[in-house]
Amino acid sequence: MSQTVIRADFSAIAKWIKPQSTLLDLGCGDGEFLEYIRAQKNVRTYGVEISDFSVLACVEKGLDVIQQDLEAGLALFENQSFDMVVLSQTLQTIHETESILKEIVRVGKECVISFPNFAHWSHRIDILLGRMPVSKSLPYDWYNTPNVRVLTIADFEALASQIGIKIIDRVVLHEGKELSWGVNLLGSLAIYRVQSA
Amino acid sequence: MTGLNTQSYTIQFNEPLALKSGAQLGSYSLEVQTYGQLNSLKTNAVLVCHALNASHHVAGKDPTTNQTGWWDNMIGPGKPLDTDHFFVIGVNNLGSCFGSTGPMSIDPATQKPYGSTFPLVTVEDWVDSQARVADHFGIQKFAAVMGGSLGGMQALSWGIQYPQRVAHCLIIASAANLSAQNIAFNEIARNAIMSDPDFYEGNYYAHEVTPRRGLRVARMIGHITYLSNDDMAEKFGRELKRIKGAPQDYQFSFDTEFEVESYLRYQGEKFADYFDANTYLLITRALDYFDPAKTMGGDLSKALEVIQSKSLVVSFTTDWRFAPERSREIVKALLDNKRSVTYAEIDAPHGHDAFLLDDARYHAIIRAYFSRMQKELT
Repeated sequence: MSQTVIRADFSAIAKWIKPQSTLLDLGCGDGEFLEYIRAQKNVRTYGVEISDFSVLACVEKGLDVIQQDLEAGLALFENQSFDMVVLSQTLQTIHETESILKEIVRVGKECVISFPNFAHWSHRIDILLGRMPVSKSLPYDWYNTPNVRVLTIADFEALASQIGIKIIDRVVLHEGKELSWGVNLLGSLAIYRVQSA
Repeated sequence: MTGLNTQSYTIQFNEPLALKSGAQLGSYSLEVQTYGQLNSLKTNAVLVCHALNASHHVAGKDPTTNQTGWWDNMIGPGKPLDTDHFFVIGVNNLGSCFGSTGPMSIDPATQKPYGSTFPLVTVEDWVDSQARVADHFGIQKFAAVMGGSLGGMQALSWGIQYPQRVAHCLIIASAANLSAQNIAFNEIARNAIMSDPDFYEGNYYAHEVTPRRGLRVARMIGHITYLSNDDMAEKFGRELKRIKGAPQDYQFSFDTEFEVESYLRYQGEKFADYFDANTYLLITRALDYFDPAKTMGGDLSKALEVIQSKSLVVSFTTDWRFAPERSREIVKALLDNKRSVTYAEIDAPHGHDAFLLDDARYHAIIRAYFSRMQKELT
């Protein structure tokens, strides 16, 4: 992968990852992030994926990948057995939101959670105009979206404190650029570093 | 693409082999078949381990019997395990009935067939004997050891017994030990054989008979467990065995009524023609005994701590004889030790048999895994 097309969230996440650490990427897709982070930090990585196609893509890249449904929990992984667990733009596709959040902070000493922010101003305008938003961060129509939850930065932070998840760090991006104010209005992608409280 | 380059060997070993049971085999021979070319550094060898009723004849057509190798869809030029790049070795396990030393062989001490006196061999003993085959070819380290079912147990055991001598273990449709249900099926099969009046306590060779009835039942019960319920429903349903166009009326008899009966009887008959009853007993017992966690107080993670190789674990969703959760136990134990492991759970309708069948998703994973491995070699 060339430097120029690296997703902005990858480099934001990479800053939180220590070299030679262990990392579990939940919903790793075709292993794009894993391949990137292995080259950057020399970490021991595993991916978890449900799709046959994505598992195959990971095997082709020589990545360790475990085929399973995240909805089924993380019984394969022991408590605090990874330095970092990553749930990158996957939370909004999971039905069992609370249980997966509790599971990842059980397994990871630290965790990264990222998701598209539904409260971005352009989405708000779409809703005002009476239509479900379709944007760069939410590129699907209501009838074909893999997302089963829509959430905002404020929503996530409320739930995190409710279920015992401590937020260590937060980066909010729009168009690849980090924002420092008005994040729930201006941000399209939220990335959190969290751990069990 | 080049040819399969099949080579057959009967390798004689005269150094005694100490068995797990405490017994030893003074001398023995193993039937071996190889495919492809061993490279000059001897780094491209893949050992393929067989399950219950298979043999060293893994791929291609046998020139004498004209039979196709049991994993021909997987192994050969251009196949997922590509013999254009890998040197593949098939070994007929000790105690089996396809030419390697086993119960049918002559015991040098008595000049009679071993029969029931052939020592019980274990998965670990097979692995030890396979290591000697590697020595014979001058192979210090296998690129991979691969097997399905009982063959997968051997692949796993290779990782435990010879961690320095195997780079990749491919453990397919397997388990780290048999469940009680699984042992129970084996016991029914053994009981069928041992209660056949033609069994003569294992010394039926002297009476010039074979316990065919027992073997038939053993195979029938085995076959049911290799298929999924859906698979059987699709293949046979409640169809009656009738000539085409004849009415599907019951005949009110115990003759073959249903298609599924006809199939099982045919499979049983065919099996009784070629398989040795003592071998069946011995191999099912080896299956029952395999349990690498046993000496670790049942802690599989501890048992797999020694593994250095990378592993590919594959299971099939409808396999209830070696169900996916049994494969996940292996995956978990490897993860606990932070060993390199990939796990694919193939959604296939064919039950345990799926590991022998040509399923596109399954073969794509194996192909990708080997082509990745090939890049590591060069």
